[in-house]
Amino acid sequence: LFGEVVVAPSRAGLDEEEEAREETPEDREIRREIEKKRYRQRCLGGEIDVLWTWKSGGCAEEPLVCSRFIVAIGRNAAAFLSSFILDSVCWEVVGVVKLWNEWCRTSSTTNVLPTDSFCLFYRLISDPTVLLCQCSCYVAEDQQFQWLEKVFGSMQKKGLQVTILSTCPVADYKTQESTLTLASPFLKALKTKEFQDQVCCPLLEQPNIVRDLPAA
Amino acid sequence: PVIRHILLLQPAVSVGNVGQLAIDLVISTLDMTKVGYFYTDCLVPMVGNNPYATAEENSTELSINAEVYSLPSKKLVVLQIRSPFIKNKYRPFCETLLSWVKSSKCARLVLLSSSHAYQRDDEQLLGTPLRYLLTPDLEKAVGGRMQELNWKEMEKVAAYPGISDTDKVLHIPGGGITKLLFTESCSKGIQMAVLLKFCSEGDNIPDAFVLVNYLNEWLQLIKSEVSTSNNSADPSSQWKIPSSWRLLFGNGLPPALF
Repeated sequence: LFGEVVVAPSRAGLDEEEEAREETPEDREIRREIEKKRYRQRCLGGEIDVLWTWKSGGCAEEPLVCSRFIVAIGRNAAAFLSSFILDSVCWEVVGVVKLWNEWCRTSSTTNVLPTDSFCLFYRLISDPTVLLCQCSCYVAEDQQFQWLEKVFGSMQKKGLQVTILSTCPVADYKTQESTLTLASPFLKALKTKEFQDQVCCPLLEQPNIVRDLPAA
Repeated sequence: PVIRHILLLQPAVSVGNVGQLAIDLVISTLDMTKVGYFYTDCLVPMVGNNPYATAEENSTELSINAEVYSLPSKKLVVLQIRSPFIKNKYRPFCETLLSWVKSSKCARLVLLSSSHAYQRDDEQLLGTPLRYLLTPDLEKAVGGRMQELNWKEMEKVAAYPGISDTDKVLHIPGGGITKLLFTESCSKGIQMAVLLKFCSEGDNIPDAFVLVNYLNEWLQLIKSEVSTSNNSADPSSQWKIPSSWRLLFGNGLPPALF
């Protein structure tokens, strides 16, 4: 509305004490509801829970031996795996992540529709050390670390090679030319020093960065 | 006996990201070597390729949100923070950082920060936009130097503006973890200094240069050459801009626009 003073958001994020002061009664109500829900989830055994379904009543602490772990993050990457890689003959479901945040909730069911938000783990039947993860749900900022610890914590890493698949909008790509004329879609990669194999596409140039779960 | 003063220099994630930009200039100019990183759940994750790359060969090293660089010849250790803090993680981060400072041999901590320019009072609008703060332990050691440099200490403000006769408190709006880190350092007896600039969001590259030159007045990290033409020291040209500072304000324009 005309004359309304709007506080400009700062790239530095919000001061913790500032945030408390600027909260309207509605904000406070929303925040309390979210905290209550998150607290309830936490009481039901963790905000993020990884349930491994391959253990047939065995010891829950036994780690999964893994040599190759492919993680598809986001709907596009998950759809790619569904369309080209996964099938019920060669792959079996071995786990699911249960999580809740303001944007989505996953359940413990493994029978999902492509439009659902889910996070499932599959294992290659012919080589059970090859693991695949389809994560189409959004993992919130403050859950990403927990996701990592819980997923990787259940693995016994034997010469583990991790491949992460994800997508970003072309409009976010920073380059000298305009993205309008750029031939898209295109692939870019980031790799650690330890990755010795050939990468199938060019490396991601500065100043582009990756954030959220793929970065974590 | 030789007193070992290993100095830890780091930014606060604050308005205009000025501290972080200034740190980028320090790391890039002094060609510092990466020696490690913080594996922390307090910052938003991010990863990219080497932001200080100068050639094809050194451009493929991965870089994440909290990394440590060193320059042994100047006994300097720098921590760069590249992403915002996650909600409710200010305090855990400060505690972890300060216990690391105490346990390692970092004798001094210097924090580069900034504060909202629009929150200045009438007096602060005049004169230099740069301020400093020293913990009592560091005040004893270098307080005199600040007097020599004619630096201005950050003023305390009234706890309840408009009402006189109230207590004066330290208030650093837009400063991120600055105030928390400073007050914690005071109580833990750590030698810590804060150097900050009043600024607003926008193109903060000039602010970063001003702040890093301010730091240089004290620490003399690079030599400031005296220009013979106008007889004044202008060290701005001696700082090396990192390659990652390209395209800060978007891509090139589509030719079809014109």
